[in-house]
Amino acid sequence: MAPEALICRECEATYPLEARYVCESCFGPLDVSYDFGDLDPGEARRKIQAGSRGIWRYADFLPFAERPRDPLEPGLTPLIRADRLAATLGLESVWIKNDAANPTHSFKDRVVAVALAKAKELGFETVACASTGNLANAVAAHAAASGLESYVFVPSDLEEQKLLATGVYGTKLVGVNGNYDDVNRLCTQLCETKPWAFVNVNLRPYYSQGSKTLAFETVEQLGWSLPDRIVGPIASGSLFTKLGSGFSEWIDLGMVKGTLPTFNGSQPEGCSPVATAFAEGRDVCKPQRPDTIAKSLAIGDPADGPYALDLARGTGGAIDSVSDDEIRDGIRLLAESTGIFTETAGGVTIAVLSKLARRGDIDPAERVVAYITGEGLKTLDATRDEFHMYEIEPTIEGFESMLEPVGAAG
Amino acid sequence: MPVTVKIPAQLRAVTDGEGEIEVEGSTVGEALDAVFDEHDDLRERITEDGGLRRFVNVYVSGEDIRFRDGLETELSDGDEVTILPAVAGG
Repeated sequence: MAPEALICRECEATYPLEARYVCESCFGPLDVSYDFGDLDPGEARRKIQAGSRGIWRYADFLPFAERPRDPLEPGLTPLIRADRLAATLGLESVWIKNDAANPTHSFKDRVVAVALAKAKELGFETVACASTGNLANAVAAHAAASGLESYVFVPSDLEEQKLLATGVYGTKLVGVNGNYDDVNRLCTQLCETKPWAFVNVNLRPYYSQGSKTLAFETVEQLGWSLPDRIVGPIASGSLFTKLGSGFSEWIDLGMVKGTLPTFNGSQPEGCSPVATAFAEGRDVCKPQRPDTIAKSLAIGDPADGPYALDLARGTGGAIDSVSDDEIRDGIRLLAESTGIFTETAGGVTIAVLSKLARRGDIDPAERVVAYITGEGLKTLDATRDEFHMYEIEPTIEGFESMLEPVGAAG
Repeated sequence: MPVTVKIPAQLRAVTDGEGEIEVEGSTVGEALDAVFDEHDDLRERITEDGGLRRFVNVYVSGEDIRFRDGLETELSDGDEVTILPAVAGG
Protein backbone atom coordinates (compact mmCIF):
# COMPACT_ATOMS: atom_id res chain seq x y z
CA MET A 1 0.00 0.00 0.00
CA ALA A 2 1.43 3.32 -0.96
CA PRO A 3 0.57 6.78 -2.18
CA GLU A 4 0.95 6.79 -5.96
CA ALA A 5 0.78 10.33 -7.33
CA LEU A 6 -0.89 13.69 -7.14
CA ILE A 7 -3.98 13.70 -9.34
CA CYS A 8 -6.12 16.63 -10.52
CA ARG A 9 -9.65 16.41 -9.14
CA GLU A 10 -10.98 18.01 -12.33
CA CYS A 11 -9.03 16.67 -15.34
CA GLU A 12 -7.18 13.73 -13.72
CA ALA A 13 -3.73 14.88 -14.90
CA THR A 14 -1.09 13.34 -12.63
CA TYR A 15 2.04 14.78 -11.03
CA PRO A 16 4.82 13.40 -8.81
CA LEU A 17 4.39 13.44 -5.02
CA GLU A 18 6.04 16.82 -4.40
CA ALA A 19 5.12 20.25 -2.99
CA ARG A 20 2.48 21.15 -5.56
CA TYR A 21 -1.23 21.96 -5.29
CA VAL A 22 -2.54 23.25 -8.61
CA CYS A 23 -3.03 21.42 -11.90
CA GLU A 24 -1.04 23.21 -14.59
CA SER A 25 -3.51 22.19 -17.28
CA CYS A 26 -6.81 23.30 -15.79
CA PHE A 27 -5.91 25.02 -12.49
CA GLY A 28 -7.95 22.44 -10.55
CA PRO A 29 -6.96 21.21 -7.07
CA LEU A 30 -4.65 18.21 -6.66
CA ASP A 31 -5.33 15.18 -4.45
CA VAL A 32 -3.24 12.19 -3.43
CA SER A 33 -4.02 8.91 -5.20
CA TYR A 34 -3.14 5.53 -3.66
CA ASP A 35 -2.47 2.01 -4.74
CA PHE A 36 -4.00 -0.21 -2.07
CA GLY A 37 -3.13 -3.42 -3.95
CA ASP A 38 -4.93 -6.46 -2.55
CA LEU A 39 -5.89 -4.97 0.76
CA ASP A 40 -7.25 -7.57 3.19
CA PRO A 41 -9.80 -5.62 5.27
CA GLY A 42 -9.67 -8.03 8.21
CA GLU A 43 -5.93 -7.81 8.45
CA ALA A 44 -5.98 -4.03 7.97
CA ARG A 45 -8.48 -3.67 10.83
CA ARG A 46 -6.33 -5.83 13.12
CA LYS A 47 -3.25 -3.77 12.26
CA ILE A 48 -5.11 -0.56 13.07
CA GLN A 49 -6.32 -1.89 16.42
CA ALA A 50 -2.77 -2.90 17.34
CA GLY A 51 -1.46 0.50 16.22
CA SER A 52 -0.70 3.75 18.01
CA ARG A 53 -3.24 5.69 20.07
CA GLY A 54 -3.71 8.41 17.48
CA ILE A 55 -3.95 9.15 13.77
CA TRP A 56 -0.86 7.15 12.84
CA ARG A 57 -2.81 3.94 13.47
CA TYR A 58 -4.23 4.81 10.00
CA ALA A 59 -0.80 5.40 8.43
CA ASP A 60 -1.55 2.89 5.65
CA PHE A 61 -4.30 5.25 4.42
CA LEU A 62 -2.18 8.41 4.60
CA PRO A 63 0.31 9.73 2.03
CA PHE A 64 3.46 8.04 3.33
CA ALA A 65 5.36 4.95 2.29
CA GLU A 66 6.45 4.48 5.91
CA ARG A 67 4.87 5.65 9.14
CA PRO A 68 6.46 9.00 10.07
CA ARG A 69 7.83 9.80 13.51
CA ASP A 70 5.57 12.34 15.18
CA PRO A 71 6.41 13.87 18.56
CA LEU A 72 2.89 15.31 19.05
CA GLU A 73 0.51 12.70 17.71
CA PRO A 74 -3.12 13.89 17.57
CA GLY A 75 -6.29 11.87 17.13
CA LEU A 76 -8.34 9.10 18.68
CA THR A 77 -10.46 11.77 20.32
CA PRO A 78 -13.62 10.73 22.20
CA LEU A 79 -16.82 9.81 20.39
CA ILE A 80 -19.40 10.46 23.06
CA ARG A 81 -22.95 9.19 23.05
CA ALA A 82 -25.02 12.31 23.74
CA ASP A 83 -28.32 10.92 25.04
CA ARG A 84 -29.38 14.06 26.89
CA LEU A 85 -28.76 16.20 23.80
CA ALA A 86 -30.60 13.65 21.65
CA ALA A 87 -33.62 13.67 23.99
CA THR A 88 -33.77 17.48 23.85
CA LEU A 89 -33.83 17.29 20.06
CA GLY A 90 -36.37 14.43 19.88
CA LEU A 91 -33.76 12.07 18.44
CA GLU A 92 -32.61 8.64 19.61
CA SER A 93 -28.94 8.28 18.68
CA VAL A 94 -26.63 11.28 18.60
CA TRP A 95 -22.87 11.11 19.08
CA ILE A 96 -20.47 14.00 19.54
CA LYS A 97 -17.01 13.57 18.09
CA ASN A 98 -15.07 15.86 20.39
CA ASP A 99 -12.04 16.94 18.41
CA ALA A 100 -11.22 19.68 20.89
CA ALA A 101 -9.42 16.84 22.69
CA ASN A 102 -6.33 17.18 20.49
CA PRO A 103 -2.89 18.59 21.46
CA THR A 104 -3.81 22.18 20.49
CA HIS A 105 -7.54 21.68 21.02
CA SER A 106 -8.87 21.53 17.47
CA PHE A 107 -9.09 19.17 14.50
CA LYS A 108 -6.29 21.13 12.85
CA ASP A 109 -3.75 19.00 14.70
CA ARG A 110 -4.67 16.15 12.35
CA VAL A 111 -3.99 18.01 9.11
CA VAL A 112 -0.89 19.70 10.48
CA ALA A 113 0.61 16.42 11.72
CA VAL A 114 0.28 15.02 8.19
CA ALA A 115 1.52 18.21 6.48
CA LEU A 116 4.56 18.58 8.73
CA ALA A 117 5.53 14.93 8.34
CA LYS A 118 5.41 15.49 4.58
CA ALA A 119 7.33 18.78 4.87
CA LYS A 120 10.13 16.98 6.69
CA GLU A 121 10.13 14.13 4.17
CA LEU A 122 10.43 16.66 1.33
CA GLY A 123 13.31 18.41 3.09
CA PHE A 124 11.69 21.71 4.11
CA GLU A 125 13.13 23.53 7.12
CA THR A 126 10.44 26.19 7.44
CA VAL A 127 6.69 25.76 7.51
CA ALA A 128 3.95 28.39 7.23
CA CYS A 129 0.19 28.78 6.99
CA ALA A 130 -2.71 31.16 6.41
CA SER A 131 -5.01 30.68 9.37
CA THR A 132 -8.24 31.76 11.03
CA GLY A 133 -6.70 30.74 14.38
CA ASN A 134 -6.91 27.03 15.08
CA LEU A 135 -4.48 26.22 12.31
CA ALA A 136 -2.13 28.88 13.67
CA ASN A 137 -2.09 27.15 17.08
CA ALA A 138 -1.43 23.77 15.49
CA VAL A 139 1.32 24.85 13.07
CA ALA A 140 3.17 26.76 15.78
CA ALA A 141 3.00 23.85 18.23
CA HIS A 142 3.85 21.03 15.84
CA ALA A 143 6.69 23.07 14.30
CA ALA A 144 8.10 23.63 17.79
CA ALA A 145 7.82 19.92 18.58
CA SER A 146 9.58 19.01 15.33
CA GLY A 147 12.28 21.67 15.46
CA LEU A 148 11.10 23.44 12.31
CA GLU A 149 11.00 27.20 11.79
CA SER A 150 7.50 28.56 11.33
CA TYR A 151 5.65 31.61 10.05
CA VAL A 152 1.98 31.90 10.92
CA PHE A 153 -0.19 34.44 9.08
CA VAL A 154 -3.55 35.42 10.59
CA PRO A 155 -6.05 38.28 10.37
CA SER A 156 -4.82 40.77 13.00
CA ASP A 157 -8.29 41.04 14.61
CA LEU A 158 -8.39 37.40 15.70
CA GLU A 159 -9.61 36.33 19.15
CA GLU A 160 -6.93 37.12 21.77
CA GLN A 161 -6.96 33.52 23.04
CA LYS A 162 -5.99 32.23 19.61
CA LEU A 163 -3.18 34.76 19.24
CA LEU A 164 -1.77 33.95 22.70
CA ALA A 165 -2.04 30.20 22.10
CA THR A 166 0.02 30.66 18.94
CA GLY A 167 2.73 33.08 20.04
CA VAL A 168 3.63 30.99 23.07
CA TYR A 169 5.23 28.33 20.87
CA GLY A 170 7.89 30.71 19.59
CA THR A 171 6.61 30.99 16.04
CA LYS A 172 6.88 34.13 13.92
CA LEU A 173 3.30 35.32 14.28
CA VAL A 174 2.23 37.74 11.53
CA GLY A 175 -1.05 39.64 11.99
CA VAL A 176 -2.29 40.86 8.62
CA ASN A 177 -4.54 43.91 8.43
CA GLY A 178 -7.26 42.25 6.43
CA ASN A 179 -9.67 39.33 6.52
CA TYR A 180 -8.80 35.66 6.07
CA ASP A 181 -9.21 35.82 2.30
CA ASP A 182 -6.61 38.61 2.19
CA VAL A 183 -4.28 36.48 4.31
CA ASN A 184 -4.83 33.52 2.02
CA ARG A 185 -4.14 35.57 -1.10
CA LEU A 186 -0.95 36.93 0.46
CA CYS A 187 0.25 33.43 1.35
CA THR A 188 -0.56 32.16 -2.15
CA GLN A 189 1.66 34.96 -3.50
CA LEU A 190 4.45 34.41 -0.93
CA CYS A 191 4.41 30.71 -1.71
CA GLU A 192 5.78 31.53 -5.18
CA THR A 193 9.02 32.95 -3.87
CA LYS A 194 9.63 31.58 -0.36
CA PRO A 195 11.24 28.15 -0.06
CA TRP A 196 8.74 27.20 2.63
CA ALA A 197 6.12 24.54 3.12
CA PHE A 198 2.81 26.43 3.39
CA VAL A 199 0.71 23.66 4.89
CA ASN A 200 -2.54 24.82 3.29
CA VAL A 201 -1.07 26.11 0.03
CA ASN A 202 1.70 24.07 -1.59
CA LEU A 203 1.22 21.13 0.81
CA ARG A 204 -2.58 21.27 0.75
CA PRO A 205 -3.06 17.93 -1.05
CA TYR A 206 -1.26 16.15 1.84
CA TYR A 207 -2.60 18.39 4.60
CA SER A 208 -6.21 17.71 3.65
CA GLN A 209 -5.61 13.95 3.85
CA GLY A 210 -5.31 14.34 7.61
CA SER A 211 -9.05 15.09 7.85
CA LYS A 212 -9.87 11.59 6.58
CA THR A 213 -8.76 10.27 9.97
CA LEU A 214 -11.88 11.83 11.53
CA ALA A 215 -14.00 9.57 9.33
CA PHE A 216 -11.81 6.53 10.05
CA GLU A 217 -12.08 7.08 13.81
CA THR A 218 -15.83 7.52 13.59
CA VAL A 219 -16.17 4.16 11.83
CA GLU A 220 -13.84 2.39 14.26
CA GLN A 221 -15.46 3.95 17.34
CA LEU A 222 -18.92 2.96 16.10
CA GLY A 223 -17.72 -0.67 16.06
CA TRP A 224 -16.74 -0.69 12.37
CA SER A 225 -20.02 0.73 11.17
CA LEU A 226 -21.18 3.91 9.47
CA PRO A 227 -23.38 6.64 10.88
CA ASP A 228 -26.57 7.45 8.94
CA ARG A 229 -25.91 11.18 9.00
CA ILE A 230 -23.12 13.56 9.87
CA VAL A 231 -23.27 17.25 10.71
CA GLY A 232 -20.07 19.25 10.39
CA PRO A 233 -18.83 22.81 9.94
CA ILE A 234 -17.81 24.30 6.60
CA ALA A 235 -15.17 27.00 6.24
CA SER A 236 -13.14 26.18 3.11
CA GLY A 237 -15.04 22.90 2.79
CA SER A 238 -11.86 20.83 3.04
CA LEU A 239 -12.72 19.01 6.28
CA PHE A 240 -16.29 18.37 5.08
CA THR A 241 -15.25 16.91 1.73
CA LYS A 242 -12.39 14.87 3.19
CA LEU A 243 -14.77 13.32 5.73
CA GLY A 244 -16.61 12.15 2.62
CA SER A 245 -13.37 10.84 1.09
CA GLY A 246 -12.51 8.94 4.27
CA PHE A 247 -15.87 7.17 4.46
CA SER A 248 -15.91 6.48 0.69
CA GLU A 249 -12.38 5.10 0.69
CA TRP A 250 -13.17 2.62 3.46
CA ILE A 251 -16.48 1.61 1.88
CA ASP A 252 -14.73 0.99 -1.46
CA LEU A 253 -11.96 -1.03 0.21
CA GLY A 254 -14.41 -3.18 2.17
CA MET A 255 -13.18 -1.84 5.52
CA VAL A 256 -16.80 -1.07 6.45
CA LYS A 257 -20.13 -2.09 4.94
CA GLY A 258 -22.86 0.33 4.01
CA THR A 259 -23.40 3.57 2.14
CA LEU A 260 -22.11 7.09 2.52
CA PRO A 261 -23.92 8.95 5.35
CA THR A 262 -26.14 11.94 4.63
CA PHE A 263 -23.90 15.02 4.79
CA ASN A 264 -25.17 18.18 6.50
CA GLY A 265 -22.91 21.22 6.40
CA SER A 266 -23.14 24.20 8.73
CA GLN A 267 -22.09 27.81 8.27
CA PRO A 268 -22.60 31.06 10.17
CA GLU A 269 -25.03 33.47 8.44
CA GLY A 270 -22.33 36.15 8.53
CA CYS A 271 -20.14 34.01 6.29
CA SER A 272 -22.26 31.54 4.36
CA PRO A 273 -21.12 31.41 0.73
CA VAL A 274 -21.63 27.63 0.54
CA ALA A 275 -25.02 27.60 2.31
CA THR A 276 -26.15 30.44 0.04
CA ALA A 277 -25.09 28.58 -3.11
CA PHE A 278 -26.87 25.48 -1.79
CA ALA A 279 -30.08 27.43 -1.16
CA GLU A 280 -29.93 29.07 -4.57
CA GLY A 281 -29.21 25.82 -6.41
CA ARG A 282 -25.86 27.05 -7.76
CA ASP A 283 -22.76 24.88 -8.07
CA VAL A 284 -20.24 27.67 -7.52
CA CYS A 285 -19.95 29.95 -4.51
CA LYS A 286 -20.11 33.71 -4.72
CA PRO A 287 -17.50 35.14 -2.34
CA GLN A 288 -18.61 37.11 0.71
CA ARG A 289 -17.00 39.54 3.12
CA PRO A 290 -17.27 37.75 6.48
CA ASP A 291 -18.96 39.34 9.50
CA THR A 292 -19.55 36.69 12.15
CA ILE A 293 -18.56 35.67 15.68
CA ALA A 294 -17.53 32.30 14.22
CA LYS A 295 -14.14 33.55 13.09
CA SER A 296 -12.73 30.07 12.54
CA LEU A 297 -15.35 29.65 9.79
CA ALA A 298 -14.88 33.14 8.33
CA ILE A 299 -13.66 32.16 4.87
CA GLY A 300 -15.52 34.20 2.29
CA ASP A 301 -14.01 32.43 -0.72
CA PRO A 302 -14.06 28.71 0.10
CA ALA A 303 -11.65 26.66 -2.04
CA ASP A 304 -13.63 23.42 -1.71
CA GLY A 305 -17.07 25.03 -1.83
CA PRO A 306 -18.13 23.36 -5.11
CA TYR A 307 -17.16 19.92 -3.78
CA ALA A 308 -18.96 20.49 -0.47
CA LEU A 309 -22.09 21.34 -2.50
CA ASP A 310 -21.69 18.15 -4.55
CA LEU A 311 -21.31 16.04 -1.41
CA ALA A 312 -24.34 17.49 0.38
CA ARG A 313 -26.53 17.18 -2.72
CA GLY A 314 -25.21 13.73 -3.64
CA THR A 315 -26.04 12.28 -0.22
CA GLY A 316 -29.46 13.90 0.19
CA GLY A 317 -28.12 16.31 2.78
CA ALA A 318 -28.10 20.09 2.95
CA ILE A 319 -25.96 23.08 3.94
CA ASP A 320 -27.60 25.45 6.38
CA SER A 321 -26.63 28.67 8.09
CA VAL A 322 -27.40 30.04 11.55
CA SER A 323 -27.31 33.47 13.19
CA ASP A 324 -24.82 34.63 15.83
CA ASP A 325 -27.54 34.26 18.51
CA GLU A 326 -28.25 30.71 17.37
CA ILE A 327 -24.50 30.01 17.56
CA ARG A 328 -24.41 31.18 21.20
CA ASP A 329 -27.47 29.01 21.93
CA GLY A 330 -25.73 26.07 20.24
CA ILE A 331 -22.64 26.47 22.44
CA ARG A 332 -24.84 26.55 25.51
CA LEU A 333 -27.04 23.62 24.47
CA LEU A 334 -23.98 21.42 23.94
CA ALA A 335 -22.40 22.53 27.23
CA GLU A 336 -25.58 22.02 29.26
CA SER A 337 -26.49 18.65 27.75
CA THR A 338 -23.06 17.00 27.30
CA GLY A 339 -20.52 18.86 29.44
CA ILE A 340 -18.54 19.77 26.34
CA PHE A 341 -17.55 23.42 25.90
CA THR A 342 -17.00 24.21 22.25
CA GLU A 343 -15.84 27.25 20.36
CA THR A 344 -18.11 29.17 18.00
CA ALA A 345 -17.63 26.72 15.10
CA GLY A 346 -19.07 23.95 17.30
CA GLY A 347 -21.93 26.28 18.20
CA VAL A 348 -22.65 26.59 14.48
CA THR A 349 -22.71 22.80 14.10
CA ILE A 350 -24.99 22.21 17.09
CA ALA A 351 -27.30 25.06 16.02
CA VAL A 352 -27.65 23.46 12.58
CA LEU A 353 -28.24 20.03 14.16
CA SER A 354 -31.05 21.59 16.22
CA LYS A 355 -32.49 23.27 13.15
CA LEU A 356 -32.51 19.99 11.19
CA ALA A 357 -34.21 18.19 14.09
CA ARG A 358 -36.86 20.92 14.42
CA ARG A 359 -37.44 20.92 10.69
CA GLY A 360 -38.07 17.17 10.76
CA ASP A 361 -35.20 16.45 8.36
CA ILE A 362 -33.83 13.74 10.66
CA ASP A 363 -35.65 10.45 11.23
CA PRO A 364 -35.49 9.97 15.03
CA ALA A 365 -34.04 6.47 14.56
CA GLU A 366 -31.04 7.74 12.54
CA ARG A 367 -27.55 7.43 13.98
CA VAL A 368 -26.18 10.98 13.83
CA VAL A 369 -22.61 12.13 14.46
CA ALA A 370 -21.90 15.84 15.01
CA TYR A 371 -18.30 17.04 14.70
CA ILE A 372 -17.04 19.44 17.36
CA THR A 373 -13.84 20.79 15.88
CA GLY A 374 -12.58 23.23 18.50
CA GLU A 375 -12.42 24.26 22.15
CA GLY A 376 -14.63 26.81 23.91
CA LEU A 377 -11.74 28.37 25.82
CA LYS A 378 -10.47 29.79 22.51
CA THR A 379 -13.55 31.95 21.89
CA LEU A 380 -14.52 33.12 25.37
CA ASP A 381 -16.17 36.31 24.14
CA ALA A 382 -19.00 34.23 22.70
CA THR A 383 -20.05 33.15 26.19
CA ARG A 384 -19.58 36.47 27.95
CA ASP A 385 -22.82 37.83 29.46
CA GLU A 386 -24.56 34.54 28.72
CA PHE A 387 -25.06 33.68 32.40
CA HIS A 388 -25.22 35.29 35.83
CA MET A 389 -22.62 34.93 38.57
CA TYR A 390 -23.84 35.37 42.16
CA GLU A 391 -21.55 37.50 44.27
CA ILE A 392 -21.89 37.08 48.04
CA GLU A 393 -20.19 37.89 51.34
CA PRO A 394 -18.28 34.92 52.81
CA THR A 395 -21.03 34.14 55.34
CA ILE A 396 -23.87 31.64 55.65
CA GLU A 397 -26.30 34.57 55.62
CA GLY A 398 -24.76 35.83 52.44
CA PHE A 399 -25.30 32.48 50.76
CA GLU A 400 -28.84 32.05 52.12
CA SER A 401 -29.79 35.50 50.88
CA MET A 402 -28.55 34.54 47.44
CA LEU A 403 -31.10 31.73 47.34
CA GLU A 404 -34.00 34.11 47.99
CA PRO A 405 -35.77 35.03 44.79
CA VAL A 406 -34.85 38.50 43.64
CA GLY A 407 -37.56 41.00 44.52
CA ALA A 408 -39.32 38.61 46.95
CA ALA A 409 -40.88 40.24 50.00
CA GLY A 410 -38.79 39.72 53.15
CA MET B 1 -4.19 52.44 -20.53
CA PRO B 2 -1.02 50.62 -19.50
CA VAL B 3 -1.47 48.01 -16.77
CA THR B 4 0.59 45.08 -15.46
CA VAL B 5 -0.80 41.55 -15.47
CA LYS B 6 0.91 39.22 -12.99
CA ILE B 7 1.11 35.58 -14.02
CA PRO B 8 1.29 32.86 -11.34
CA ALA B 9 4.21 30.44 -11.36
CA GLN B 10 1.94 27.57 -12.46
CA LEU B 11 1.18 29.33 -15.76
CA ARG B 12 4.59 30.66 -16.70
CA ALA B 13 5.30 27.65 -18.89
CA VAL B 14 2.85 29.18 -21.40
CA THR B 15 4.18 32.74 -21.09
CA ASP B 16 7.80 31.82 -21.89
CA GLY B 17 8.63 32.24 -18.21
CA GLU B 18 7.28 35.78 -17.97
CA GLY B 19 5.78 36.64 -14.57
CA GLU B 20 4.67 40.19 -15.39
CA ILE B 21 3.23 41.34 -18.68
CA GLU B 22 2.60 44.98 -19.58
CA VAL B 23 -0.51 45.48 -21.71
CA GLU B 24 -3.12 48.09 -22.64
CA GLY B 25 -6.68 47.70 -21.42
CA SER B 26 -9.44 49.74 -19.80
CA THR B 27 -11.12 46.73 -18.18
CA VAL B 28 -9.84 43.46 -16.68
CA GLY B 29 -11.35 41.57 -19.61
CA GLU B 30 -9.54 43.77 -22.13
CA ALA B 31 -6.24 43.45 -20.29
CA LEU B 32 -6.56 39.66 -20.19
CA ASP B 33 -7.50 39.55 -23.89
CA ALA B 34 -4.37 41.55 -24.66
CA VAL B 35 -2.32 38.98 -22.71
CA PHE B 36 -4.06 36.12 -24.55
CA ASP B 37 -3.14 37.80 -27.87
CA GLU B 38 0.50 37.43 -26.88
CA HIS B 39 0.17 33.97 -25.30
CA ASP B 40 -2.71 32.08 -26.84
CA ASP B 41 -2.30 28.93 -24.70
CA LEU B 42 -3.07 30.96 -21.60
CA ARG B 43 -6.65 31.56 -22.77
CA GLU B 44 -7.44 27.85 -22.67
CA ARG B 45 -5.81 27.38 -19.28
CA ILE B 46 -7.77 29.97 -17.38
CA THR B 47 -10.99 30.59 -19.30
CA GLU B 48 -13.98 28.45 -20.17
CA ASP B 49 -17.07 29.43 -22.18
CA GLY B 50 -15.93 33.06 -22.29
CA GLY B 51 -15.57 33.39 -18.50
CA LEU B 52 -12.87 32.58 -15.99
CA ARG B 53 -12.54 28.97 -14.85
CA ARG B 54 -13.93 28.44 -11.37
CA PHE B 55 -10.52 27.81 -9.82
CA VAL B 56 -9.00 31.06 -11.09
CA ASN B 57 -9.07 34.20 -8.98
CA VAL B 58 -8.25 37.63 -10.37
CA TYR B 59 -7.44 40.64 -8.22
CA VAL B 60 -7.05 44.32 -9.02
CA SER B 61 -4.80 46.01 -6.47
CA GLY B 62 -5.49 43.18 -4.00
CA GLU B 63 -9.28 43.15 -4.39
CA ASP B 64 -11.11 40.12 -5.83
CA ILE B 65 -12.83 41.30 -9.05
CA ARG B 66 -15.98 39.38 -8.03
CA PHE B 67 -16.53 42.12 -5.43
CA ARG B 68 -16.37 44.66 -8.26
CA ASP B 69 -17.64 44.14 -11.79
CA GLY B 70 -15.88 40.90 -12.68
CA LEU B 71 -14.23 41.03 -16.10
CA GLU B 72 -15.93 44.40 -16.66
CA THR B 73 -14.03 45.92 -13.70
CA GLU B 74 -12.49 49.18 -14.88
CA LEU B 75 -8.76 49.76 -14.65
CA SER B 76 -6.70 52.86 -13.98
CA ASP B 77 -3.25 53.72 -15.24
CA GLY B 78 -0.62 51.47 -13.69
CA ASP B 79 -3.07 49.03 -12.04
CA GLU B 80 -1.84 45.54 -11.22
CA VAL B 81 -4.04 42.67 -12.33
CA THR B 82 -3.03 39.51 -10.43
CA ILE B 83 -4.05 36.01 -11.50
CA LEU B 84 -3.87 33.39 -8.73
CA PRO B 85 -5.03 29.81 -8.14
CA ALA B 86 -8.21 29.65 -6.03
CA VAL B 87 -7.54 26.27 -4.47
CA ALA B 88 -5.52 27.32 -1.42
CA GLY B 89 -6.46 27.81 2.19
CA GLY B 90 -8.85 26.49 4.78
